[in-house]
Amino acid sequence: MKSILIKNGQVIDPARGVNGRYDVAVTNGSITAIGQNLEPGDNHKVIDAAGKIVTPGFIDLHCHLRQPGAEQKETIYSGTRAAARGGFTAVCAMPNTDPAIDDRLSADFIKHTATTEGAVRVLPVGCITRGRRGERLAELGELAEAGVIGFSDDGSSVPSARLLKQAMEYARGLDLPVLEHCEEAGLAEGGQINEGIIATRLGLAGIPAAAEEMIIARDIALASLTGARLHLCHVSTRGGVAIIRQAKAKGVRVTAEVTPHHLTLTEERCLNYDTAAKVNPPLRTPDDVTALIDGINDGTINAIATDHAPHTDNDKCCEFALAPFGISGLETAFGSLMGLVAEGRVELNRIIECLTAAPAGIIGPGHGVTGSLTPGDPADIVILDTAMEWTVDTSQFASRGKNTPLAGEKLTGKVIMTIFGGDIIFRDTE
Amino acid sequence: MTEATAPLETKSWHRRHILDVDDMSPEEFETIFRTADAMKDVLARPIRKVPALRGQMVVNMFYENSTRTRASFEIAAKNLSADVLNMTASASSVTKGESLTDTIRTLEALGANIIVMRHQLSGAPYLAARHSHAAIVNGGDGWHAHPTQALLDLYTIRERKGTFKGLRAVIVGDIRHSRVAHSNIWGMTRLGMQVTLCAPPTLLPYGLEKAGGMMPEVAVETDLDRAIQGADVVMTLRLQRERQQSGLLPSVGEYIRRYQVNETRLKKAATDALLMHPGPVNEDIELAASAAGGTASTIDRQVENGVAVRMAVLYLISGRQSEL
Ligand SMILES: [Zn+2]
Repeated sequence: MKSILIKNGQVIDPARGVNGRYDVAVTNGSITAIGQNLEPGDNHKVIDAAGKIVTPGFIDLHCHLRQPGAEQKETIYSGTRAAARGGFTAVCAMPNTDPAIDDRLSADFIKHTATTEGAVRVLPVGCITRGRRGERLAELGELAEAGVIGFSDDGSSVPSARLLKQAMEYARGLDLPVLEHCEEAGLAEGGQINEGIIATRLGLAGIPAAAEEMIIARDIALASLTGARLHLCHVSTRGGVAIIRQAKAKGVRVTAEVTPHHLTLTEERCLNYDTAAKVNPPLRTPDDVTALIDGINDGTINAIATDHAPHTDNDKCCEFALAPFGISGLETAFGSLMGLVAEGRVELNRIIECLTAAPAGIIGPGHGVTGSLTPGDPADIVILDTAMEWTVDTSQFASRGKNTPLAGEKLTGKVIMTIFGGDIIFRDTE
Repeated sequence: MTEATAPLETKSWHRRHILDVDDMSPEEFETIFRTADAMKDVLARPIRKVPALRGQMVVNMFYENSTRTRASFEIAAKNLSADVLNMTASASSVTKGESLTDTIRTLEALGANIIVMRHQLSGAPYLAARHSHAAIVNGGDGWHAHPTQALLDLYTIRERKGTFKGLRAVIVGDIRHSRVAHSNIWGMTRLGMQVTLCAPPTLLPYGLEKAGGMMPEVAVETDLDRAIQGADVVMTLRLQRERQQSGLLPSVGEYIRRYQVNETRLKKAATDALLMHPGPVNEDIELAASAAGGTASTIDRQVENGVAVRMAVLYLISGRQSEL
């Protein structure tokens, strides 16, 4: 069924400044009309969205699908189905797989597997350096030809400023962004959670905020020098937001993302050595959370990305220091973000923008995502119920990673339908 | 020997594991101390053995070497007539795949009733407790907690001072990495003592200035000569050599000059101050040998009391509280 008429929903399409009650017509997989009192054609399936929100499908700038190399944690098959449940119709897959995505062959593998097994669009990110080893540039041009949306050694920063400068110069020539994980390795070494009172209480080594901030500052200096597009991944500290704000005021080509968990949870979630809350960058303080929310509201932070990092129960059921970092985030992203709306801290429209138009803008044209419901666009649509209460039941997750500190929590606001290219790929059955 | 040797009020004891003292009430501390009093009476008898834990198995599961703590627990368990199994695991075996939870299940299958666990990773006993039917006693975990050490320290203070209220303790040394200090901070403050931490800034814990209820309120002082003024309890901590290698200290010599507790400095404390150390002492590094052997020193007493306190802890959590 590629032709659908979605009636009576509140359509929010920040890319075009649309926010009102409209019908959305989809014909043969593409948006054909947005208007009032649209009449269904003969072959249109009609969906009543009265009382619901209709938005462009979400775009995740940052997730880990774990294939190839760690299929027990996630695959492109399972990860894209988790994405669909979370309202995402496009996900950018980070290249820290095994082998890492550092040449054409590996990028082609992702694209091919996504086409044959994926439920949503998968946009590969290529490595900055070969094998993510931080020593020599990866095949950046070849990766660009294979269609990557940018370059990242996510999981770690490029250690050498000189090498990163060269990567930025090269990436600029390809007109692709560098997506940087900001963590000064020496300062963060051995760290398990945010450096501060909770780390002290638990007797764990900390990761200071400065480990993130000094790389943000370094990379901004290099972006300023090279003119490259710099995208900063999962910003987590007040200081980081301040540096980015200043750089944007100076006109540096920098964008930034924040995760739902850094916007909604604090380091206290690690009390009782809960490895589900062990994530990198670590959950920070309430003061950092406030600064991140301010950054969302004033546009310093452009986008919300999940940093979906699935792990098996077995991986996480161990001593805190031995547990891997990561939260399985695709399926709870919208519900957890709605808490911010309920508290009046962020407008719903801004949340939607951060999940649609903003990431599409960072990805740029040529990758098949627009983050909008403009007639002619592929019909990637999500229908949301902002009032629906639900309990996070990880046994229902499509992701193989059940690792979330939100397990068992009540959230208000749920994705109830995801449409990809005119196909209904997820429908809430509760 | 089934008659009680002291009036024990243990009916209120419901705790199954001893993981830290941070959540203990003053009443629980007192129950442990009074039980330890009874155990000291047992230790004063010609036959230092009671049948309280007969038929129970206590496993000493030591992932990290500590002859003193392990021996103290072993003697305590044997004095209570428990069967004791000592197990050690080398640090290198603590990797993914050698699952702690599997080990705990194996020990249970072998009949362990109480597992005393020493582990180099903070929180490991909490993981064990979540997966264990046996009672878990934390014998020291990472930089986090060492509850029985704190209990024996507190018991020694109680024995010598008769009270805790209003006493001022200064804890000197590598507090950031000291589970002994962490548990003592909780225990001392909960029982009404004032605590001053004294260390080079690189060895002080993070975030104490805005603890927000996550840690007790303590004073922090980097100058030992000031910190020690009038202190009733001076607790020194062992300095690990690797603190210098990892750049936390310029040199051991400088540490000695600025932070060693010696007789001159001890004179600045209260006249009847106690000098404590969890042992083993690096003589003439954190503690001058002359001070360690002086009249203020409780170091030997701490070791002695350690057995009684550990007997008390094992007894209370064994669920055999009528058979002393
Ligand atoms: Zn990252």
